[in-house]
Amino acid sequence: MASTETTTPSAAGTPGDDPAGPPDGASTGGASTGASTDRGGAAAPEAAGGPAAGREPRPAGGDLAGLEAGLDALDATVVARQPWLRTTLSKLFPPVIAIVIVLALWQLAYHFQVKPHYLLPSPLDVFRSLQQKWFEGTLLGFVWTSVSRGALGFVASVVLGTVLGLIVARIKPVRAAIGPILSGLQSLPSVAWVPAAIIWFGLSDATIYAVVLLGAVPSIANGLVSGVDQISPLYLRAGRTIGATGLAGVRHVLLPAALPGYLAGLKQGWAFSWRSLMAAELIVSAPDLGTGLGQMLEQGRELQDMSWVLSAILLILIVGIGIELLIFAPIERRVLRSRGLLVKN
Amino acid sequence: MTTSTLTKPAAADAGTTGPHAARIHHVSKSFGRPGARQQVLDDISIDVAPGEFVCLLGASGCGKSTLLNLVAGLDEPSDGTIETPGGRPALMFQEHALFPWLTAGRNIELALRLRGVPRAERRPEAERLLELVRLKGAYGKRVHELSGGMRQRVAMARALAQDSQLLLMDEPFAALDAITRDVLHDELTRIWQETNLSVLFVTHNVREAVRLAERVVLLSSRPGRVAREWQVDIPQPRRIEDAAVADLSIEITEQLRGEIRRHGQH
Repeated sequence: MASTETTTPSAAGTPGDDPAGPPDGASTGGASTGASTDRGGAAAPEAAGGPAAGREPRPAGGDLAGLEAGLDALDATVVARQPWLRTTLSKLFPPVIAIVIVLALWQLAYHFQVKPHYLLPSPLDVFRSLQQKWFEGTLLGFVWTSVSRGALGFVASVVLGTVLGLIVARIKPVRAAIGPILSGLQSLPSVAWVPAAIIWFGLSDATIYAVVLLGAVPSIANGLVSGVDQISPLYLRAGRTIGATGLAGVRHVLLPAALPGYLAGLKQGWAFSWRSLMAAELIVSAPDLGTGLGQMLEQGRELQDMSWVLSAILLILIVGIGIELLIFAPIERRVLRSRGLLVKN
Repeated sequence: MTTSTLTKPAAADAGTTGPHAARIHHVSKSFGRPGARQQVLDDISIDVAPGEFVCLLGASGCGKSTLLNLVAGLDEPSDGTIETPGGRPALMFQEHALFPWLTAGRNIELALRLRGVPRAERRPEAERLLELVRLKGAYGKRVHELSGGMRQRVAMARALAQDSQLLLMDEPFAALDAITRDVLHDELTRIWQETNLSVLFVTHNVREAVRLAERVVLLSSRPGRVAREWQVDIPQPRRIEDAAVADLSIEITEQLRGEIRRHGQH
């Protein structure tokens, strides 16, 4: 019955490949199959020449490795790398043009006195105001005070938000209890906390940090929760079959799988920290507190110095955008690209 | 003819004793609340011998994936027992299910790590497994940089990294193009012959079942029962185009269609 088929050359032992791997006798139909496999591995030309006399040859089966290499090569995608300088320039060009246009419109509005000059200073006036503060040596101090407060508040928010997010994402009753409140808190402007915080902590750093935390923690926790929710059940199932259960499952599957959502939450968390910080600094100012950008803005308002006010707004914007561009954007891009989630156009 | 088909009554296997890679013993599975229960599997008994390649074949609703989940230990049977003496079986899905945050090599190393392989041995072992599936240069590649066929081969290497004696495969090639699937059939046969693996392979593709298996088990649908079994004596390496494969496929397909027709007669 089977004897006619077993003499055909074998695909199992590929020529050129490891010849020491004949199949176990138990796993195949009969011993004759094993023998022909062995021959295919040891002396390919002989094996190919022998049966060719009587039976039809099977060319493809004999070189599975080569066939597979060909398939892989055909499927491989070739990604052409763009020159570094050109990509950077082409990315920089549009926003620079946009900024130039805004400045031009501003200058025109100033020129035609849409508002009196003391209400609408020119871009140059604002620049001079910044320059003056720079030469006074106070400007960097303002920026540093705010940035260090923002950074410290953000780091504390990350710690609290991550723990809170993990608990809410993984423990069902907790989620049912505080999940909706947590996402609802995101729509509460953090400036609303300022009066409460002043009553609790007075005009102190504690008030500023309390407002920052209340603003940033919910969005970081929510980011992690939605990151966990978006994990494909397939990964969890695959993780369980290879033995990633319990803490190992959290560490090796859950957290890395949730990373894109978590990062988005961190980014939003930073934006919320920075906004909350400015709201707090605007209202909470005391001589012994140190002057941040928010306080600088408020001083400008008290002096009715519009150039001062505009330069403070500009600085707040620049710091916010700068940290997003220099810290969060590269990290996010790297994570997404490594997972093939970043589509290049 | 090169094939000899052998029909056994479904319960015959249940009585046999001796070594086995997996023993599914009078297993039933129902889902849903009491009162509105839906029976998915009904008194299934299948033994997989060490080194044996068994294909589970059936139309939609035969509960083949449910059965694999039970054997994999991802779910509990409502009735009956499942033994897998070789430890937790490895499982391959229709989707590659590789982790996109790790490289191909690291995916395999994670399975090794969770198995308790010491750090120093992981890398060489992962390289060896990649070589076994003929993806020598893919260690540092990200999952999205690999083609569908390559991903399934890495998934196979990851499954092999569990060093389980039983490999469960849930329609692993269903999403691949015909050319790649054909090559992976050859590849799976080769790997199965080189290792001493027992395979329980679920598919709805009759030809695929006959191409690969030593034994084909046909399940009826709603609820899933063992309808019939065939011993496939066509010698490996087979080709999906072989006349013997075609002949047996026709016979099995007829039976399968008969099972399906019964559901239209209400």
